[in-house]
Amino acid sequence: MTMTSPTHAPGLTTRPAAAPPAPRRRFRPGAGQQLKGGPFAYLALIAVGIGSILPLYWTLVAASHTQDEVLASTPPFLPGGRLVHNLEAAWNQAHLGKAIVNSVIVSGCITAATLFFCTLAGYAFAKMRFRGRGGLMTAVIATLTIPPQLSVVPLFMMMSKIGWGGNLESVIFPTLVSAFGVFFMRQYLLEALPYELIEAAKLDGANNLRIVRSVVLPAARPAMMVLGMLTFVQAWNDFFWPYLALNQQNPTLQVALGQLSASYTPDQSIVMAGALISTLPLLVVFVIFGKQIVGGIMSGAVKG
Amino acid sequence: MSTSAPARDAYAPPPSGSPQTSAAARRQKWRSRLWRFDDKASPYAYIAPFFLVFGAFGLYPLLYTGWIALHRVEMTGLDQMQWVGWANFDRILHDAEFWTAVGNTFLIGVMSTVPQLLVALGLAHLLNYRLRASTFFRTIILTPYATSVASAALVFALVFRADGGLLNWLLHFIGLGHTNWANGHWTSKIAISVIVIWRWTGYNTLIYLAAMQAVPTDLYEAASIDGASRWQQFRKVTVPSLRPTILFTIVISTIGSMQLFGEPLLLEGGTLGATGGNENQYETLSVYLYNYGWNLGHLGPAAAVAWAMLALLLIIAAINWLIGRFVRKSAV
Repeated sequence: MTMTSPTHAPGLTTRPAAAPPAPRRRFRPGAGQQLKGGPFAYLALIAVGIGSILPLYWTLVAASHTQDEVLASTPPFLPGGRLVHNLEAAWNQAHLGKAIVNSVIVSGCITAATLFFCTLAGYAFAKMRFRGRGGLMTAVIATLTIPPQLSVVPLFMMMSKIGWGGNLESVIFPTLVSAFGVFFMRQYLLEALPYELIEAAKLDGANNLRIVRSVVLPAARPAMMVLGMLTFVQAWNDFFWPYLALNQQNPTLQVALGQLSASYTPDQSIVMAGALISTLPLLVVFVIFGKQIVGGIMSGAVKG
Repeated sequence: MSTSAPARDAYAPPPSGSPQTSAAARRQKWRSRLWRFDDKASPYAYIAPFFLVFGAFGLYPLLYTGWIALHRVEMTGLDQMQWVGWANFDRILHDAEFWTAVGNTFLIGVMSTVPQLLVALGLAHLLNYRLRASTFFRTIILTPYATSVASAALVFALVFRADGGLLNWLLHFIGLGHTNWANGHWTSKIAISVIVIWRWTGYNTLIYLAAMQAVPTDLYEAASIDGASRWQQFRKVTVPSLRPTILFTIVISTIGSMQLFGEPLLLEGGTLGATGGNENQYETLSVYLYNYGWNLGHLGPAAAVAWAMLALLLIIAAINWLIGRFVRKSAV
């Protein structure tokens, strides 16, 4: 990291001690990346940060007032005292209790299965030699570009034929693996797992399953943490297919939320209370693991 | 799983001669064959779950959609399929609402993707500076990603509401008029784009930031020695180095915007949501598919819509490819 001195602090970095700006200035080598951010950078980031949080804050405000107060000509700006009442009302109107249990089951199963299968496949693609490896990996990545919309109609018919119509299985099974997960684990294991370790285990007489258990899984753990969180967020928030596949009596949280707002005259405060219930668990996860999730998205992206 | 015999024994030359050792040699040979089978089959066993699940719940339904599109299937009797040939395609291609949905999907796609990626690029550039609390900013900017489509759409529906909406209150407060956001052709698309932009800008920012941090510092050094300004460095070094990443985000966002469903469905909710507004002004293709299949109960035309989406996707991919080729050629 290069030290930045006032004399070459250009553009966005304004430092009080800087020399009067010359029209064209020569920069010291290495000035490109690590320059300190000036007040403009902070102002812009603070503004965007507020914009990111504001809708969530508004959810809380709206969920803690009556609908009339929220929609009044001068809306409230601080949280009110009706939060518990609205949460109870949302809970009773939309099977939210059942929806939470369902969401936990669905997201938990999908996350566990994705972690297991994607780690195995990622390991195979990263470190094992076999015929057709390149082609198959391309196929995995290509599946990323297929929107779920293209297959929901037959999927719906299939599910009803095998008796999973409206059941959680119909949401869980199509998402047991993810192309992104395979790719993510492969990218990680390419670097994190040296061949020497695998060779050493082989020389010790370990077969492949044992290598997976005692060499691959420990090496993959940090990436599995991140993939697990990303998968959980996605499964928890998934809307399109669950909305089509599940019914009113057996919804996930997002489906219940959609149905709550689709009812004839929805009370907006109660809808917002439902939105709060569905968002809160993930926000807590984000507050605790935000740094890791950020790092995970960046590490998954950098070699894309 | 036997680990009693060290593996190197399997590769040791078989001791020839005495009869007792030949039995041992045969056992060795069998073991080494087992070993080789393990080595050959394991990779396929490890990747098999992905392809099995994708085949059963992705590829097979995708192809089967084409078959269903040629039949009459009703939600009320899922096991009765009646051959109708191209009638479903005829029906949707002659439906003005379908073309409205195509246009809406395209417009909302452009209106949400372009600003989103530009802002993300700028934000990533800012975050690439040495900043205090930069982890904090990254996390804050990503929080909308933790919100579901459903909750995001619902809270923005409240913000964009015609009566008692937060945005109209603000506009009124600063002396600008009152807008019925969901009712207007452009305003409703703006509202939906805002939801998409809000949810995805942070995510794209992080992807750009990761790519920026991988740009070799020498490039900047060389540029600054040549007297390039910050803006010139950004344009001539950062953006070209990010070209593959930018292309990647464009592809991902394009596919994402083809799928927009929750945002339009929940903008007004109820029956208006299922048809994308009273004049279908914000109906996307996914909502159109949902309306045909799950609201009206005609799965044949819904399947035809799915294939129309596939065709559109292929057209977009072809255009993307052509533009890419053109850009490469003109860059030389």
